[in-house]
Amino acid sequence: MNFDFSEEQYLLRDQAKRFLADRSTPAVVRAVLEDEAKPYDEDLWRGMAELGWLGTAIPEEYGGAGMSGEDLCVIAEELGRSLAPTPFSSSVYMATEALLMAGSDQQKQDYLPALAMGERIGCMAVSEGIGVTDAASINTRANEGVIEGAKVPVADGDVADFAVVLAAQGNSGDTSLFLVELNDDSVRREAVEMVDPTRSHVEMTFEGTAAELLGEPGEGWSITQAVFDRAAILMAFEQVGGAQACLDMAVDYAKNRFAFGRAIGSYQAIKHKLADIYVATELARANAYYGAWALATDAPDLATAAAAARVAASEAYNLAARENIQTHGGMGFTWEFDCHLYYRRAKLLSLALGGERKWKDRLVSQLEARNSSGEE
Amino acid sequence: MDFNDTPQEAEFRAEARAWLEDNAERKAPGKVYKYRRGEPELIPAARAWEARKFESGFAGIALPTEYGGRGETRLQQIIFAEEEINYLIPPPVFTISHGMAVPTLLTYATEEQKQRYVPATLRGDEIWCQMFSEPVAGSDLAGLRTRSVRDGDDWIINGQKIWTSGAHYADMAILVTRSDPDAPKHKGLTYFFLDMTSPGIEVRPIRQISGYSNFNEVFMTDLRIPDSQRLGDVGQGWQVAITTLMNERVSSGIRPAPDFEDIFDLVRMTELENGPAVADGAVREKLADWYIKAQGVKLIRARLMTALSRGERPGPENSVSKLVSSFRRQEIAHFGMDLLDMGGGMMDPERAPMRAMYQQALLDAPGGRIAAGSDEILRNIISERVLGLPPDIRVDKELPFDQLPSGR
Repeated sequence: MNFDFSEEQYLLRDQAKRFLADRSTPAVVRAVLEDEAKPYDEDLWRGMAELGWLGTAIPEEYGGAGMSGEDLCVIAEELGRSLAPTPFSSSVYMATEALLMAGSDQQKQDYLPALAMGERIGCMAVSEGIGVTDAASINTRANEGVIEGAKVPVADGDVADFAVVLAAQGNSGDTSLFLVELNDDSVRREAVEMVDPTRSHVEMTFEGTAAELLGEPGEGWSITQAVFDRAAILMAFEQVGGAQACLDMAVDYAKNRFAFGRAIGSYQAIKHKLADIYVATELARANAYYGAWALATDAPDLATAAAAARVAASEAYNLAARENIQTHGGMGFTWEFDCHLYYRRAKLLSLALGGERKWKDRLVSQLEARNSSGEE
Repeated sequence: MDFNDTPQEAEFRAEARAWLEDNAERKAPGKVYKYRRGEPELIPAARAWEARKFESGFAGIALPTEYGGRGETRLQQIIFAEEEINYLIPPPVFTISHGMAVPTLLTYATEEQKQRYVPATLRGDEIWCQMFSEPVAGSDLAGLRTRSVRDGDDWIINGQKIWTSGAHYADMAILVTRSDPDAPKHKGLTYFFLDMTSPGIEVRPIRQISGYSNFNEVFMTDLRIPDSQRLGDVGQGWQVAITTLMNERVSSGIRPAPDFEDIFDLVRMTELENGPAVADGAVREKLADWYIKAQGVKLIRARLMTALSRGERPGPENSVSKLVSSFRRQEIAHFGMDLLDMGGGMMDPERAPMRAMYQQALLDAPGGRIAAGSDEILRNIISERVLGLPPDIRVDKELPFDQLPSGR
């Protein structure tokens, strides 16, 4: 039993923390928030590429660092803490993972080295709007190497060079994944207003765009689920990092803000609230750590671990973000204070791979499957 | 990161599992141990179970062999506990004896006393109770009033304790008293151990809301304790009590049922209007929440094990786990009964599922949120010791004890 990151991973974390404290400051995040023409921070993105973060989990033969999913988790936590406004999750957790999981050797050679270097950005296009997304709900269609339909919202769709697109094919409910190059006249990309403008999203419309099959035909939905499981663990680390940032902010404020002659953090109404955030964050962290191990070892209960990490982390971050505002009182409700940056991000992250209700259902389904197969 | 046992840990786990397989019945859905807490047959059965473990070297796993222990690590102790809960074994009776009295004796008693009491306790011959709380000193333990006055080689004790779990069947006790009422509250305390058959002790069981009596009032009238049974120096009782309480927070790793696995069993056995309860959306939301908490607590214990295996001191893990688990138990009890609809109120173990586990827990769970660090005290501990927030307003810390205001 060794429930902790290694010494090397702690060094990686310290490096990430220092780099992001310097380069992903609140001012950098706000610049993206307030400037509609600025979808992400390019300097920050280039810096991450130079540090080799984008290729962390890409094998060396495809130009990556060949490190484990655990290492990526360490970085993800710091990205979450610093609200890093970059297409990291789209390009690394989604496009890269999809290629690693389902790509042919040729596709990996074509795409992964450029992803690892940050020369190209990938994204993943699954949702088609309001309401539940599943295999049967997909209207985007692929026929004879050409794709038609609309995806919305697509995170980082405006800055991505290519997209991994889920589309229906053949009979109803049959879906496949496709690699689609986006710099083409048949692709329209229109910005969509989001609850968290520090992460840019678009509606992406394909009108007869060339599409290359990724993975087995008919396996689109199951590969998407598997990519989402892995992304859920990585995103859980971002959420834990964000929740911890909110808790740190709230504790700091509560120690220094005085009312009725004392620090507000000396009143149990505040202390106990902050203790509850700590507990939720620790539960989320524990579940996320287990997910990291499952990710690195490809454990048989990866899907259960992913759902548990996702549910725990979504709850913790949303709780921490809203109670951080509450602890700050009126100032927490202003544009000027940073509380809302976390509040927006917390909600967005808990929706990005499907909402909490859906993941709770998936968690219980996994537990049912585990029990009926007689495992413990 | 590695969640698998090391070869050495795996070997010990296999040994523990093999022994348990031979000596106890494995748990199965819907099956519970034959005696509930509060039933008198439980005590001899629990003593017999401890004796059996002792004979086979599974008692006091992390304690030195010269006192009857196994001389192995705390990690192995936790591994055994993890395996043991998969079997139908008596509900805990020795938690205070093994988790609190023994570590305190090992820290403060004489060599002769350790030899005399520790092995006997591990063998199940002696059950200990903890005489700490008083009517006016619960969460605020240092406000206790039971007086100890030196008289030659003895001390004379007068006062009253309350919420003393198991005092009605305990053989021995640990006791904190006030030896100096003129000193500030934390500085005038002295700590003893005693035989519960000593003259001057009267135990009155308190009837709990469950109807059972697990804890008691204990009245002490001119009770004599030899000075040789003092643990720690005169006036150092608070420090000794902290040793005991720190061990309490480490020892209470196993949670009473029902937990996630129990409610997961129940929802798969129970039919609702539209099929099995487990298929109901509202039920599934609850299950997911309880799973992440149960799993989180289990994993937080894994972190504790990692720290222990490196020789590090445990952190706030047990405060978090206890806070989460005791509240969850109460929620699960309420929810489990609600699933049973109009019949849910029946407490007859022949009628209610799992021998009325949920109904029993309904009436038992409030105590879990109060005893051994109430929800509120645990939140204070977390916010002050982990988050570094300022302490509560304290008007009593420097005043002589006999000048403190007291309410009801």
